[in-house]
Amino acid sequence: MDLILDGIRTALSLIFSLDREVLAVTLLSLKVSCSATLASLFIGIPAGVLLALSDFPGRRFVISLVNTGMGLPPVVVGLFVTIFLWRNGPLGFLEILYTPAAMILAQAVIATPIVTGITIASIQNLPANLKLQVRALGATRLQTVWILVREARLPLLAAVMAGFGGVISEVGASIMVGGNIKGQTRVLTTATVMETGKGDFDVAIALSLILLALTFGVNYLLTVIQQRERPR
Amino acid sequence: MSNLLEAENLRIRRGGVQVLDLPRFSVATEEKVAVVGPNGAGKSSLLLGLACLLRRETGTISFKGEPVMERGETAYRRKIAMVFQEPLLFDTTVLDNVAEGLRIRGKGREEARDIARDSLELFKVGQLTGRSAHKLSGGEAQRVSLARAFAVKPELILMDEPFSSLDLPTRIVLAEDLGRILHESGTAAIIATHDRLEAFHVVDRLLVLDGGIVVQEGRPSEVMAQPANAFVAAFRRTSYSGL
Repeated sequence: MDLILDGIRTALSLIFSLDREVLAVTLLSLKVSCSATLASLFIGIPAGVLLALSDFPGRRFVISLVNTGMGLPPVVVGLFVTIFLWRNGPLGFLEILYTPAAMILAQAVIATPIVTGITIASIQNLPANLKLQVRALGATRLQTVWILVREARLPLLAAVMAGFGGVISEVGASIMVGGNIKGQTRVLTTATVMETGKGDFDVAIALSLILLALTFGVNYLLTVIQQRERPR
Repeated sequence: MSNLLEAENLRIRRGGVQVLDLPRFSVATEEKVAVVGPNGAGKSSLLLGLACLLRRETGTISFKGEPVMERGETAYRRKIAMVFQEPLLFDTTVLDNVAEGLRIRGKGREEARDIARDSLELFKVGQLTGRSAHKLSGGEAQRVSLARAFAVKPELILMDEPFSSLDLPTRIVLAEDLGRILHESGTAAIIATHDRLEAFHVVDRLLVLDGGIVVQEGRPSEVMAQPANAFVAAFRRTSYSGL
C-alpha cells in the first residue's frame, strides 16, 4: 500500500514540478499515438466504408482478416515492422528504425484494423434502405459515401477511441521498433517497463498514473463530443 | 398527355428469383398511378427498378423519350424523387433534411434552406424546422420525408407504401394532403400501396401486380368493377370504401 501511495505522491510531484523528462516522454507518447491514430483513420475509415458497401468475391474473407487484425498482438506487429525496417529489409532504405516514425508506423498497423472493423460495423448498422434513399436523392457515389459516414459519425467516434486506446497503451511494438532511447523514443509505456525492471516502482506508478490520466482525458473529450451529438 | 417515363422488357431478379417481368410500362406527364398487390408481388422492385436503384436483368428505361444509360443514372435520379416506407431521415435538423437533396444538386446552404422551408410549409410542418429529425412522431417524420422529396421539384415521384407505418387517422389526413399537393403541382407519381385509401385519393390508373407480373390495369373504378383475381376482390372490400 505504501508503495502505491509513494507512487501517487511521486506522480503528483513529477506532474506539478513539470519534470522535463516526464513532460518529454508524455508529449512524445501523445505525438506518436495521435499521429498513428490519425493515420489509421485515413486508411481505416475509407477501407471500412468500401468493405461495408461493396460486394466482391472474397469480401467475407477480407472482413474476417480485418476482424482478426483487431486483436493483433503488438509484439507480432513489432517483430514484422522491425524486419521490414531492418537495414536489409524491404523498407530498410527509409532508415527510420529506432525513431518515432517507426513507432508511428507500428502503432498505425495496430490501430488500422480496429478502425476498419468498427467502421464496417457502423456503416452496416445504418438502416438498410438509407443508402438507397441517399442515392434516390440524386447523390453521386462520393456524396453517398460522405453522407453515410456523416450518419455513422457517433459510432465512428468509438472507432477513434478504440484505435487511440489500443496504441497509447501498447508497449511491445514501441519497445521493439523504438528501442526506448532516452530523449528520442522513450514513451510512457516503455519508460514504465524500464522503471519496473529497475525496481523504481514509485516512478513506474507515477508514469502509469500519467498514462491513465492521459487516456482518460482523451477518451473523456471524445465521449463528450459523442454524447452531445447523441439524438435524445 | 405525352409519356414521361417508359420501361420496356423490365426484368429484375433478387436473390436468384425473378421478382418482376414487365413487358411494357409507362407514365404520362402529370399522371398518377397506383401499384397494388399482395406482399412479394414486386411493387417495391418495380419502383426501385424504375429509379435505377436495382440491377436490371433486362430492360430499358426512357425518361422524356431519352433512354437512361448507366452513366446518366444519377442525372436521371435528380429529375425524380423517391419516398420509402420508412421516413429514413438523416440525423440532423428537419430543415437540413429537407435541404439535403438540393445541397446534393449543388445549391448553396441558404438557398436550399429557403426552398426547404417552403416545402415544409406545403406539408404543414413548417413549425418543425429546428427540431431534430429523430425526435418526430411517425406522421411528422413521413411529412418531412415527403417535403424532402418535393423540395427538389421532381417531375416524377415514386412512393413505396409511404403511409403503411402510420395509424389510420394520420393516414387519412396525409393521403388527402398528398393528393391535393400532387394535383396542384402537376407532379406525376407512382404509388405502391396495400391500401385502397391511398390509391383512391390520388390516382388516375391502377396497376395490379402479382408474382411480378401485371394481372390487371385500368381506371380504379374499372378495376374495382371487374376484379381479375382474389387479391383485387379483397382489395375492393377494404373497409375504407366510404372515404
